[in-house]
Amino acid sequence: MSAADQGSPAVELEGVGLALRGIPVLEDVSLTIGPRDYLALLGPNGGGKTTLLRVILGLARPDRGRVRVLGGEPRAARGRVGYVPQVFRFDQDFPIRVEDVVRMGRLGSRLRGGASDPEACAGALERVEMSAHAERPIGALSGGQLQRVLIARALVQEPELLLLDEPTASLDERIGRSVWELFEELSQEMAVVVVSHDIGAISRQVRGVACLNRRLHVHPEKELTTEVLEAAYGCPVDLLAHGHPHRVLSDHGDEHR
Amino acid sequence: MIDALDQPFLQRALLAGLLASVACGLIGSYVVAKRISSLTGGLAHAAFGGVGLGYLAGFPPLLGATGFALLAALLVGEAQRRLGEALETWVSIVWSVGMALGIVFVALAPGYAPDLMSYLFGSLLFVSWETIAWIVALDVLILGSVAVFHPLFEAVCFDEEYAEVAGVRAEAVFLGLMGLTALAIVTVIRVVGVILAIALLTLPATTARHWTSSLRGMMALSVALSAASIVGGLVLAQALGTAFGVSVPPGPLAILLAAVVYAASSGLQRRTAATPPPG
Repeated sequence: MSAADQGSPAVELEGVGLALRGIPVLEDVSLTIGPRDYLALLGPNGGGKTTLLRVILGLARPDRGRVRVLGGEPRAARGRVGYVPQVFRFDQDFPIRVEDVVRMGRLGSRLRGGASDPEACAGALERVEMSAHAERPIGALSGGQLQRVLIARALVQEPELLLLDEPTASLDERIGRSVWELFEELSQEMAVVVVSHDIGAISRQVRGVACLNRRLHVHPEKELTTEVLEAAYGCPVDLLAHGHPHRVLSDHGDEHR
Repeated sequence: MIDALDQPFLQRALLAGLLASVACGLIGSYVVAKRISSLTGGLAHAAFGGVGLGYLAGFPPLLGATGFALLAALLVGEAQRRLGEALETWVSIVWSVGMALGIVFVALAPGYAPDLMSYLFGSLLFVSWETIAWIVALDVLILGSVAVFHPLFEAVCFDEEYAEVAGVRAEAVFLGLMGLTALAIVTVIRVVGVILAIALLTLPATTARHWTSSLRGMMALSVALSAASIVGGLVLAQALGTAFGVSVPPGPLAILLAAVVYAASSGLQRRTAATPPPG
């Protein structure tokens, strides 16, 4: 991938394999993500994307292979890796306000407890354009707004690596600038990995594409050709590229991607 | 009623009820927010095993209840992380084995255990000063822990996986919270008993959730609501005694009052649902 301009790579995977209940989910996955890379991790649902994220986060232990995150064991990197989970996983009925969610990002980290906490939270909320909602309960937010709050929570960690799981799933509204501009800006400061099953939603600004369907295919120049996608999805796909955005239609007639 | 407060047993009942409300309101808010009421019910029933052991071995039953509830918290809390779908079964095993042990222990104990029913359904009017001292100790522990660790408890209740990733020792924090839940149950055993304990932990907190959108707000409101239910139960029990000469225990009356308040609150909230609750 792109040149590691300073320090160790954000992520190094070598021959990673993992089976869940006897079914192989990841096979021989090797990947290096540099300190300022901006990578899209694509693949069909069930292709192992979330499992790969869990391996990088130290929540799942691979059966085979070597994992290094920020130069050490994944668990040792905790607090320095920002993680934005999928929005739909959340119970929006939980009694909590936006600023309390964001404050969570400071809890376990080396930054904890400083007088800078409130400023950091306010700054992160401003960056995702959610300052006006700081005191609202999360139950009053749209999916897209909650997504931004979760991004702010990851940002107060001041991470060196940011992992976003399906951030395109609920970008329903156009308030202010798009989050894609934000991701692009963040990738100047840290390594950014955007995970999605939706090829059409991935910004053309990403600097690399990796396709995961149990095995990983890395494409440094994000050349989204039909061959690349077919290799990843394991079925014929048509790539309709009208500049930007891309749309991909499956060949099964009865379903649309 | 004011005159009745001259009677020491009523003073103790009132004091025990108010003190138990503090533990219930604080911990019940976490239980409701994280939706772990069935786990909590398991702890409450398992505590009965300790009551029985107390009778058999000759130490205070409430001490045994504390030990058993804490052990159950450990068993259920660990299982919660590992078992997934099998958790429900595991909770019902802990639940029923605890109860069964209690009954077996009591049967083995020499003589008759006269106030066994009082541990099942509470006996607020017969609370001793020793029990009140024990509730005070547990209250202090719970209040202190919540004051210090609330941000961690909140994070683990809201999003355990993220808390872990952010560097919190989520497993330890969750087990700590389960331990405090066990202690909160012990505070209400003399008030409403092991069988009704879960109601006093969840009903006021669920009602409070209708009107506030933060855990802190829920805690404050549900402490007040539990206290009001228990005081109401005592007043009602006295009034029924004076008016009709019947003797109805105040604990179950308190639960019924809490349920009525919950129903009324639900109705009222549905009417005002057009406006979201304040932060």
